[in-house]
Amino acid sequence: MAQNPAVNDPGPGSHAAASGGAGPRHGLRLLLMWIPLSVAAILIIWFVWYPHLPPGDMTDAASGQQFDIAVLAVTAAPVVIGVVLYMVYAIVVWRARPGDDSDGPPIHGHTRVQAWWIIITSLVVLWAFAFGTYQLAAPGGAGGGQGPAPIWPLHGAQTTAWSPQSNDMLQVQVIGQQWAFTYRFPQFGGMESTGLELPDNMPVEFHVTSLDVIHSFWAYQLGVKADANPSVDNIAYAKPRQLGTFVVRCNELCGIWHGAMFNYGQVVTPAAFQAWARGLQINELRAGVLAALPPYALTYDPTVIPQLGRDIVKVAGITGANGYYYPGPQAGTPHGDPVSP
Amino acid sequence: MSVLARAAALTVAVLVVVGIGIFLAVYYLGSKSQLTNVAYTASNGQVNVVLQEDPQNNSSSRPDWVSYFVQDPNTHKWVHTTLFSIPEHVKVNMTIYGYDGCTPLRNNFWSRVQGTLGGTVNVQQFNKGRPLGPARNVSVINSWAHCSVGHTFAIPSLGLFVPVGSPNASASLCSSSPCTPSSGPYTLQKFSFYSPTHTGTWRWQCFVPCGGGFIDGNSGPMQSLGYMMGQMQVVA
Repeated sequence: MAQNPAVNDPGPGSHAAASGGAGPRHGLRLLLMWIPLSVAAILIIWFVWYPHLPPGDMTDAASGQQFDIAVLAVTAAPVVIGVVLYMVYAIVVWRARPGDDSDGPPIHGHTRVQAWWIIITSLVVLWAFAFGTYQLAAPGGAGGGQGPAPIWPLHGAQTTAWSPQSNDMLQVQVIGQQWAFTYRFPQFGGMESTGLELPDNMPVEFHVTSLDVIHSFWAYQLGVKADANPSVDNIAYAKPRQLGTFVVRCNELCGIWHGAMFNYGQVVTPAAFQAWARGLQINELRAGVLAALPPYALTYDPTVIPQLGRDIVKVAGITGANGYYYPGPQAGTPHGDPVSP
Repeated sequence: MSVLARAAALTVAVLVVVGIGIFLAVYYLGSKSQLTNVAYTASNGQVNVVLQEDPQNNSSSRPDWVSYFVQDPNTHKWVHTTLFSIPEHVKVNMTIYGYDGCTPLRNNFWSRVQGTLGGTVNVQQFNKGRPLGPARNVSVINSWAHCSVGHTFAIPSLGLFVPVGSPNASASLCSSSPCTPSSGPYTLQKFSFYSPTHTGTWRWQCFVPCGGGFIDGNSGPMQSLGYMMGQMQVVA
């Protein structure tokens, strides 16, 4: 508050200003109130508020976001307190008294105060810019979607098979469709699931895509949020560091059931995750689901139906109409574009 | 323009805007309220819900849209709605008549039966009431291998996903709704699941992009109550 014009200005309406005599040192008063209030606010933010700030600390990305919010709140608190304190002080001390219809004193410029004002506010803004920019990159892109070629990858071994006793990066493909998310695991035979489990304390690479309109994969407690665009592989990273349940929501208005497009996931121990994923893989292999799914790819073109090598289930009499969208313009013709609406 | 004329023009403009708002509210809210909820009651801890999906429907506004119908348990008449209610914590025996032809799923993962008791669905094909083969319990109806899925019945929040087989397309599909067993080929599917243990409303939908003529086939009937999506109300 040293840069405040009130430091050398007795204030409008002040009798001292009007008479030219020595008045109270408003700047010092404000400073003495501002310092303890700011310190108290910073301590409360850091020690009381910070541990409970969203999105929590379930992953390194979430923890990073929580840290960012706390640091920026600590940065902003003295500024907010200074502004509000000055406003309240002015209302209380410099208000016009009953019967005082005189003009306030003229306001003059003060080069030193103005220079300090510009310097300090610029430093605060530059600090917020530099800190925020750095934190966008660390760790692993701060949980945001980085497109198909990430420039801030998370450290982890890229492997075709995943092992719990390692630093293997778990590949999870998130597929948005109206109105549900499904998840594919290429390191487990391309197994697909409606549920999502993740191993604790191991790096995860999300490949987010869509089969129809634009969705957004928002795993709130994981601190991960990435748009799901059709024909785009949007990569985001996170490293769980806490067991528990998280919620996955679609965060892009995607149709009438957008609001109901959510499910829950769990962070479990690496061994439990392996058992879960392996169990699903075996189950889907036996049921023929894996063979029915298209080969794992980073994106899919739903208008192209791969020709599978063998049939999964032959239900007597169930045959198709050559794959036409009902009631597609080609219906009734023996061949043609199989899936155009 | 005089003050009087400007005031009149402003008044007219306000009235037009308000009128449009009222029209839209009445049109949409009014159309919603026309949907009937079919109430099913349990007997011996079980409730039997019967649906059918048709290539068309009997509405006057969108007769060419594919649509589900719900059978009234008392009159056995088909009601053009997708709202039905069941008791909480009972075994739900679902019967679905699939009269519509096939459409490939965008995600063939939905070919898998999930969330039913036993993880399977009982499937049998008919043509005008005559069985075309034996009933079979299957866990996958591969939508891509034979384009053998017409629609799906799914309640995502219950983890229930059931592909509904399409009838043999070599025969002419039922052309007048609500369809009857004698009106064309159909697939008869039966499966069971347990209703939630608490009351509430669960949305259900079809995952086949069956909104012909719309982008990705995912609009029109796919996003309209009374056609290919609905709500299951669980009551005490």
